[in-house]
Amino acid sequence: MDILVCIKQVPETSKVEVDPVTGVLKRDGVDSKMNPYDLYALETALRIREKVGGTVKVISMGPPQASEVIKEAYMMGADEGVLLSDRKFAGADVLATSYTISQGVRQMGNIDLILCGKQTTDGDTAQVGPEMAEYLGMPHIANVIKIEAIKASSMVVEMDMPNTIELAEIKFPCLLTVEKDIYQPRLPSYKKKLETKDREVKVLSFKDFEDQNEKRYGLNGSPTQVERIFPPAVNTDKEIWNGSGAELAERLTAKLKELKFA
Amino acid sequence: MGRLVVNQDKVNAANIDELVKICPFGAIENNGGKIEVNAACKMCKLCVKKGPTGVMEFVEEEVEEIDKSAWNGVAVYVDHVDGDIHPVTFELIGKARELADKVKHPVYAVFVGHNIADKAKEMLHYGVDEVFVYDHEELKDFRIEPYTAALEAFINKVKPSTLLVGATTIGRSLAPRIAARFKTGLTADCTVLDMKDNTDLVQIRPAFGGNIMAQIINPNNRPQLATVRYKVMNAPARMAVAAGKITVCEMAADKLISAINVLKVTEKEVEASISDAEVIVAVGRGIKSEKDLAMVKELADLIGAQLAVTRPLIEAGWADAKRQIGLSGRTVKPKLIITCGISGAVQFTAGMNNSDCIVAINQDSRASIFNVAHYGIVGDLYEVLPRLISNIKEGKAIA
Repeated sequence: MDILVCIKQVPETSKVEVDPVTGVLKRDGVDSKMNPYDLYALETALRIREKVGGTVKVISMGPPQASEVIKEAYMMGADEGVLLSDRKFAGADVLATSYTISQGVRQMGNIDLILCGKQTTDGDTAQVGPEMAEYLGMPHIANVIKIEAIKASSMVVEMDMPNTIELAEIKFPCLLTVEKDIYQPRLPSYKKKLETKDREVKVLSFKDFEDQNEKRYGLNGSPTQVERIFPPAVNTDKEIWNGSGAELAERLTAKLKELKFA
Repeated sequence: MGRLVVNQDKVNAANIDELVKICPFGAIENNGGKIEVNAACKMCKLCVKKGPTGVMEFVEEEVEEIDKSAWNGVAVYVDHVDGDIHPVTFELIGKARELADKVKHPVYAVFVGHNIADKAKEMLHYGVDEVFVYDHEELKDFRIEPYTAALEAFINKVKPSTLLVGATTIGRSLAPRIAARFKTGLTADCTVLDMKDNTDLVQIRPAFGGNIMAQIINPNNRPQLATVRYKVMNAPARMAVAAGKITVCEMAADKLISAINVLKVTEKEVEASISDAEVIVAVGRGIKSEKDLAMVKELADLIGAQLAVTRPLIEAGWADAKRQIGLSGRTVKPKLIITCGISGAVQFTAGMNNSDCIVAINQDSRASIFNVAHYGIVGDLYEVLPRLISNIKEGKAIA
């Protein structure tokens, strides 16, 4: 089976802030890492490969340095990786991002199953997976918590609904977004690092795609527009208490009693 | 629509470093004295506004404008499982009415399922002008292709200007699918919604993975799609008298086909959800070890609160993901929330800042949690909590 996992490079911490005076974005030397939720998708792919054989490919979109997360995926056991990188993709919202990745996927040969993490820790939208599935014309199931069975032309999965768990069978090719904890992700292996240090990260750009209409990529392909950015509202109606631990505990006890919570 | 243009002739040794530094996303590179913009660019245009004059330029491109008057109405997707309507639906109907009144649009609800005709009537008690019902046996379980097809049929028939969807398990799966089908914009987890005179929906949400809010619009595409989480908007009171009408719509048989087959539905054990809790004690990275959670749990039990946590604690495996508050967890709106050792990143506060009373305990007086707190307690949770717990215990003994 040919499995493709979508991964993204995200900032290590959420230290981006808006300077309230100048309105300028500030970023304090932020390091990057693989989106933690993608590790579960990658682990799921590797487990399926161990069981039924096949290949695990990874795809990412981002600046050239995002190839680091593909290298990391190699260290966990991915066979092949593609990075979609082009200035023409800059400023892409969910729609343009999903379209760009779906164009990239079309260049990767046969794919039976696409796996995504539940969301990224920087965008936090959880939308790119389902939008890609639409562009690729395949069914999808989100919130998958368990892979029950892999059959010849379908698989059986458990989907987490608010009050129920649904067991569903879905035909290939399809896309799943998996929940955290579906499997415990393995750590990158030093042995694999040595083995894969010369393995290529293939970079695809706009010119490699079928759809050569520039208006569908990047900012031009993005229907949403950020009108303005601003720091979160500050609650001015508040009390700030200082003092020793004992004093603070005293005041808080009194306040909780006053509010009838204690 | 547009693109960034670099006027290389205005780039010089004096301003090139300034320009590289101004980009918060590291998208501007100095390539041997020439400026190069890489794929990390988010088109925030800061380099245009704050950079050296005239170097970076944003060139608008002509686009054909759509006829917005052809799109009329604010629609709400009725979120349900087996006819059991999710309360976020009523919250969205309340918001939809408010938005629609500003531009004199009707409010619609779109209800997709099986044997739901009776349930559809309930919508008419909340201020919906018309409910569009798609009732077929194949729509009994939520399966993505027929549900998307039903929404597609609804949008083509009614042409609503805006479609609001609850950010539930179903909504988060369905809304992106519809957005991609109509090649339109979708904004996830909006915390504020407003309507412009020209029917553009103003959507505000945390963005860029930082402590930043972004105001987002969808200026040249319809319908405009937004998801909103449960407990972010307020549900209107149920009216005794029903008003509005129900329209039952048909779908072609070939639109009801799915590659998904739901084999079994198992009820989960009902457990108290933090979303419905009236009192919450939340803990974050200020807690030093997993065993110290017992102290926080003790406080929670004493005041009848649910225990909740931030994302780092979930990543450390110290608590069940169902207890997480924030953009990747749940939204809560309790009467009281006490946060302990939580710095207050916007991804967290977006999930709790509508709480009635927020008490924050943090030793860093500059922590952003104090921006949303009603009572900010600058202190070490390891000093405050044990004493608070013994105070409450003693108080209980006396009473």
